[in-house]
Amino acid sequence: MENNYSISVDKLTKKFGNFTAVDAISFDVNGGEIFGFLGANGAGKTTAMRMLCGLSIPSSGKATIAGFDVYKETEKIKRNIGYMSQKFSLYEDLTVAENIQFFGGIYGLDRKELRDKSAELIARLGMEKDAKKLVNSIPLGWKQKLAFSVAILHRPEIVFLDEPTGGVDPLTRRQFWDLIYQAADSGITAFVTTHYMDEAEYCNRISIMVDGKIEALDKPAALKNKYGVNSMNDVFQHLARGASRSDL
Amino acid sequence: MKQFWSFIRKEFLHVFRDRKTLIILFGMPVVQILIFGFALTNEIKNSRIMVLDAAHDIQSSRLISKIQASRYFQVTQIVHNEAEIQEGFRGGNVNIAIVFPLNFGHDLESGERPQLQVLADASDPNLATALTNYVSNITADYQREIQKINTPIPTIVPEIKMMYNPQLKGAPNFVPGVMALVLLLVCVMMTAVSIVREKETGTMEILLVSPFKPILVILSKTIPYLFVSLINVGSILLLSVLVLDLPIHGSLLLLLLESTLFIITCLILGIFISVKTQTMQAAMLISLMGMLLPTMLFSGFMFPIENMPKPLQIISNIIPSKWFYIIVKSIMIKGLGWEAIWKETLYLLGIAVFFFALGMKNFKIRLA
Repeated sequence: MENNYSISVDKLTKKFGNFTAVDAISFDVNGGEIFGFLGANGAGKTTAMRMLCGLSIPSSGKATIAGFDVYKETEKIKRNIGYMSQKFSLYEDLTVAENIQFFGGIYGLDRKELRDKSAELIARLGMEKDAKKLVNSIPLGWKQKLAFSVAILHRPEIVFLDEPTGGVDPLTRRQFWDLIYQAADSGITAFVTTHYMDEAEYCNRISIMVDGKIEALDKPAALKNKYGVNSMNDVFQHLARGASRSDL
Repeated sequence: MKQFWSFIRKEFLHVFRDRKTLIILFGMPVVQILIFGFALTNEIKNSRIMVLDAAHDIQSSRLISKIQASRYFQVTQIVHNEAEIQEGFRGGNVNIAIVFPLNFGHDLESGERPQLQVLADASDPNLATALTNYVSNITADYQREIQKINTPIPTIVPEIKMMYNPQLKGAPNFVPGVMALVLLLVCVMMTAVSIVREKETGTMEILLVSPFKPILVILSKTIPYLFVSLINVGSILLLSVLVLDLPIHGSLLLLLLESTLFIITCLILGIFISVKTQTMQAAMLISLMGMLLPTMLFSGFMFPIENMPKPLQIISNIIPSKWFYIIVKSIMIKGLGWEAIWKETLYLLGIAVFFFALGMKNFKIRLA
């Protein structure tokens, strides 16, 4: 499967016994695109994302991440992706600088690279004064920005963001999205799951998963048109209403 | 390899940043050795003894002063009737009482089976047994003395030698025990908790998505505790040599190697627990109930295994601390070498390999 897509998924399926968590989903994501991956809790988002990150072997179907096969090349996939989850991806008892050093270190950055990049990162976030502070002493919004910057420190092709903005105010969320745009502009593909429908509007394209299947996939504006509604929230409500296994 | 180093560096940061835990980690063995060495002792000194001397003759008073002179007893009360003895025991201020019958001295001198009644407060059975033994020994001694003076009758005098620990000190028993306890606590519990913490905070997920090998995640978590434990072995040995006057009779190198093997076994048990549990509380509880308690019960440190029913004796074989306890005692106290402990070492190694395999198997299943 040779292609130029960052992520290419074809009839990807994951079954747990009789339960089909992810049911033959197919989509392609372009390089540098911000792709929103929406769905109610239990729709199968997390399972799908785990397969794409090489954490879980699919039951059937095909997928390539950065051109690497999810069955055979999980090690190469891991080298080429970044990941940030809804729970904190940072160590609270380490300082800002130590966190950057550690994550840079496990992605194999050498000492000089690590020094340059962490200086640059700290400068970009305006955190020069806080570099020696423990992560648990800095505000939530900053932690998330830092976590995102750390996730793309090794310049991955794709960054997976699993509900990255849970629990922060709209202003901070907006600032966080600025970082995602910056990353996308520099060519990093962003694969984002979120619960916030206003965030869905920020994505280039979004997919909505219902009961393990992708029910809709298009630009936010096109989706609103299609269903004749004014907001992404209405689109989501419209589609999710038919779900049998959501907890909405 | 470079990745491995950054990981180990981070683990050390975790351990050294948490000052309170660090103080406990390094302070615990010191405190335990000092407490066991100076406060808790099972040697019996100056037990309070009551005497009812109905005989009032030379023989009885000599025997009483001999008892008084021994460092085990202190005659606190001279009573005049049985009721007072009862009173004394009820009041709890004596441990043992001796009653000399009317014709004690006469019987002894004329060889007519002199009798002596010894009453002990057996609500503490160990103490009661020990005290009655001391009294028997003192009277037997006394008898021998006077027989030398009078007509010599041939008697068998067993000459008793307490091997390895002539003064019957407590230290040879508890130093290996404390070592097993401390290493177990540090290695099993701390390792299990530190791995499970990553699961609980969600950072484990990030690590699994990274190119860093999961098996290395686990291994690098154990390194700081290996380090802390080796320091603890050192401080326990130093304290026992310098403060408790308990020299290491055998090879120090062998002792350190065996300690390292035990530490590794404990780290493996810690990994095993962390694979099986999801929360820090569960990991801590299982470490305490599943490891610490069996160590206290079955290592032979507090209760002799030989006296246990057969099924319990069999169970005790799967407790790694039991083997380590035997090994440390053999090297440190008895000064024995490899030829005396290879069997115990093999047992320990077997337990380590078994749990390592089991842990890795479960770990792989969890990843899929």
